[in-house]
Amino acid sequence: MTSRLPRLLGLLALAGVACALPFFLTNFRLFQFTQVYIYAIAILGLNMLTGYNGQFSLGHGAFYAIGAYVSAIMMDRWNVHYAWTIPVAGVLCLVVGFLFGLPALRLEGLYLALATFSLALAVPQILKYFEHWTGGSQGLVLNKPNAPFGLKLNPDQWLYFLTLAVLVLLFWLGANLMRGRVGRAVVAIRDNHIAAEAMGVNTSLYKSLVFGVSAAYTGVAGALSASVIAYVAPDSFNVFLSITLLIGAVIGGMASISGAIFGALFIQFVPNWAQDISKAAPWAIFGVFLIVFMYVMPFGIAGAIRLLWIRTRRSRVALSPEPRETAATQAPRAT
Amino acid sequence: MDIFVQQVVSGLATGGIYASLALALVMIYQATDVVSFTQGEMAMFSTYLCWTMLNAGVPYWVAFLATLALSFVGGIVIQRVIIRPVEQAPILTIVIVTLGLLVIFNSLAGWIWTYVQKPFPSPFPSKPLRAGNVFFSAHDIGAIGITLVVLLCIYVFFRFTPLGLAMRAAAHNPVSSRLVGIRVGWMLALGWGLAAVFGAVAGMMVAPNLTLEPNLMGGVQIYAFAAATLGGFTSPGGAVLGGFIVGVVENLVGTYVSFIGTELKFTVALALIIVVLLVKPTGLFGTTVVKRV
Amino acid sequence: MAFTRKLCAVMLAVGVSTLALAAAVSAQTVGVTATEIKIGNTNPYSGPASAYGTIGKVIGAYFKKVNDDGGINGRKINYITYDDGYAPPKTVEMVRKLVEADQVALLFQTLGTPPNSAIHKYMNQQKVPHLFVATGATKWNDPKNFPWTMGFQPNYQTEGRVYAADVLKKHPNAKVGILYQNDDYGKDYLKGFEDGMGEAAKKMIVMKQSYEVTDPTIDSQIVNLKNSGATVFFNITIPKFAVQAIKKAHDIGWKPVHYLNNVSSSLATVLKPAGLEASKDLITALYMKEVTDPQWRNDKGFTDWVAFMKKYYPEGALDDQANAYGYNVAILMTLVLKQCGNDLSRENLMKQAASLKNVELPLLLPGIKVNTSPTDFAPIEQEQLARFNGEKWDLYGEIFDAFRKN
Repeated sequence: MTSRLPRLLGLLALAGVACALPFFLTNFRLFQFTQVYIYAIAILGLNMLTGYNGQFSLGHGAFYAIGAYVSAIMMDRWNVHYAWTIPVAGVLCLVVGFLFGLPALRLEGLYLALATFSLALAVPQILKYFEHWTGGSQGLVLNKPNAPFGLKLNPDQWLYFLTLAVLVLLFWLGANLMRGRVGRAVVAIRDNHIAAEAMGVNTSLYKSLVFGVSAAYTGVAGALSASVIAYVAPDSFNVFLSITLLIGAVIGGMASISGAIFGALFIQFVPNWAQDISKAAPWAIFGVFLIVFMYVMPFGIAGAIRLLWIRTRRSRVALSPEPRETAATQAPRAT
Repeated sequence: MDIFVQQVVSGLATGGIYASLALALVMIYQATDVVSFTQGEMAMFSTYLCWTMLNAGVPYWVAFLATLALSFVGGIVIQRVIIRPVEQAPILTIVIVTLGLLVIFNSLAGWIWTYVQKPFPSPFPSKPLRAGNVFFSAHDIGAIGITLVVLLCIYVFFRFTPLGLAMRAAAHNPVSSRLVGIRVGWMLALGWGLAAVFGAVAGMMVAPNLTLEPNLMGGVQIYAFAAATLGGFTSPGGAVLGGFIVGVVENLVGTYVSFIGTELKFTVALALIIVVLLVKPTGLFGTTVVKRV
Repeated sequence: MAFTRKLCAVMLAVGVSTLALAAAVSAQTVGVTATEIKIGNTNPYSGPASAYGTIGKVIGAYFKKVNDDGGINGRKINYITYDDGYAPPKTVEMVRKLVEADQVALLFQTLGTPPNSAIHKYMNQQKVPHLFVATGATKWNDPKNFPWTMGFQPNYQTEGRVYAADVLKKHPNAKVGILYQNDDYGKDYLKGFEDGMGEAAKKMIVMKQSYEVTDPTIDSQIVNLKNSGATVFFNITIPKFAVQAIKKAHDIGWKPVHYLNNVSSSLATVLKPAGLEASKDLITALYMKEVTDPQWRNDKGFTDWVAFMKKYYPEGALDDQANAYGYNVAILMTLVLKQCGNDLSRENLMKQAASLKNVELPLLLPGIKVNTSPTDFAPIEQEQLARFNGEKWDLYGEIFDAFRKN
């Protein structure tokens, strides 16, 4: 109980800082942080599926693309207000993810990963094929939304707050989900599929549902990105996106809510740093970063923090003032 | 009929390319239980090493064999130095390390040899061969031949040699293997070395058609994954067969199913694989692992 | 006492107004100081289009030469270029960094149609010159709606029309087969060609085959095209696949009238590897001197370029046409900057870029000139057909001018 209060205070402080940022940072930095939040939502989706539920997905870029294009097509073709496109994208991806999750039940580990990989690979071609809807390779140019209700915010600030609000909501939902009964069932399925089944968990239903929810999260992130970037094209959603999300999830820390944010910060900023370090071979530097991170923190950043926390708590217990049996306090032994 | 045969022949030639890299993927998976994203880029890097030697005037087959030797050593070094520190980590962590290696190799190749495409010679005569109305090139046949030879060597190695047996044992049950005296660590390294060799062969067979550039193996690697998935990651023969099937089916679909045409060729190939997986979840020839509760 | 107070007041007034003036002036000349001009650029230095990254590098090398030679009107060029990996979201981020954080005066030669599409609106909203974009798409010539964006090279649709016109004139009864890359570049060429064919398109085009950049081979497409009975072949492929297409067509005994897109017209990287015999009678439309073509060996423009490459960009390939392209367009940019004189405001930069009259660049074909006006934002619109005779590109016919024919 006592550990809840500092945690809550910490989160509130973070929220306060996050809300204050738009008034201190340039529009460009705000744009970058908005991107971080979008990636964080997408990575949380992937994390729920792969980290908590143990179903490997190398194709979450596909759901991101679906979300982005659903939002873009609704805005471009039917002039739907951008705010409505976000929940619609989420629901659609929920359905698609669930439907994909059903046959995926038959596939194990590696093969599921490769099936999802195939899905991600097919996305650009499919997007280009349905030219009439998607604008083909030329893509769709969209309008950046202005702040509503006459708020004195520029588009970048408004989108930042919108994305932050969605992030907080989805993270809160996700944390509650994963820390409750559902979360325990989900993790049980990951850790011991057969035991979970034996305990009465409807593994098939849960696995497909998690797939759906995971897809919905990533779809919402995609829909947000359509408004923030104000442009969608098949080139933005190739297999590299799926790989980037996976990198973010692993580096951030699997099976961890906060890991999604660390991962998002990594994939947004580290490539830029790599470019600053070396113009000649920036991606080689990025690769080195990846490898070093994995050496030092094989369980991701969140995992490393958790380990550190456990270690400090252990040492604190060791130094506690409780009386302990020492040779001086023991009763003398009869020889 | 002619065009059917021609497309099948073309498909087999293309499939041979996919198959050879698929062998490298399967090799690593069989030896270490890890899907490695690095193999394509290592193959490309090896091909560049061969190119450098050829450019310096070294005769083809000497350069070819030297490249195989260098790749073998390189594969072992990479496993011992870079993969070993994270061997005990979760699988995804190791996968990220292989991704890191992928970008490093790609970036280094671009930096050392620039991104301009370079022609790469084929050891086979370039005059096209002809059987009736069907045309094919000696290089395609030669490449398929070499792929099959490599496959045969793998089969013989794993089935009939003590070292092959030791490798299989180390992959299947590392704990028991150690008890019997097998140096499991070096078996893993050997797996990476062999995979690097297969990759180098793939690269050198592919480069004459595709021209050598740092993104040479990008597309091929994707198809190789598809081929290995189709055939089963636990079966080298399956992976090769998977490669041929993917190559042929893609061509036939592109030719005969006109409403799909060529714009969805790749999607169809992928859909096919997913369908196969639904029927046979571990690929056509993969072995199903039975878990004891 | 009163005098000193008055003096202070006057000095204060002068000081304030000077500051205000300076602020006003510098507000108009973003990215420009007395000693430097900041030019921003994004290029794909990584990812699937990394082969084009050399353009960004050769431009940097040329600007270094300009600086070494004293700069422009006493100012040095500060060239800032970022990698966008050909991914539009990354382009948006890098361009915003250039405009908002680095405060560049203008953006130059940003590469790729999707990347440029992603920043098109933004650049015009921010009123930042978006000059000489490195893409052949048609939409950059729209001064009415996008007054801050200007293209550079002859666009792909124009080139497609050139070929279509030739086919209609010389082979009016032919059957046409087309191979194209399934993306904006390939589809743009295709559209130009089909538009140029007009009514005849439906009748004459018997087969279209596409491929993806990630495809390992296009052999099966060539086989299908031969099988369709096509006697004219429009080949829209990048160099990597052009080699395959030419070789395979030759190997299977298919000898159509073969139009090859300009993008793959290099002797060294395409025609030689495909086989000089197999490449005989290939037709293309050129606007630049092809740098591995022996006919330009003693041309001054060519020799100057080689000297420049050797001194400032030695790691750049001398058989890569992209290096010639980048050099050419960098010269144009330098010219525009010189023309601005001391007024390097963004408005004047656009004004000068839109008033180029018959400018000659060293690596353009003789007779082809750069022309822009407030209603014409397409600097190069002329091309000439050439046929490969086994050794070099034989230029023939008249210079096709899309501007006049419009």
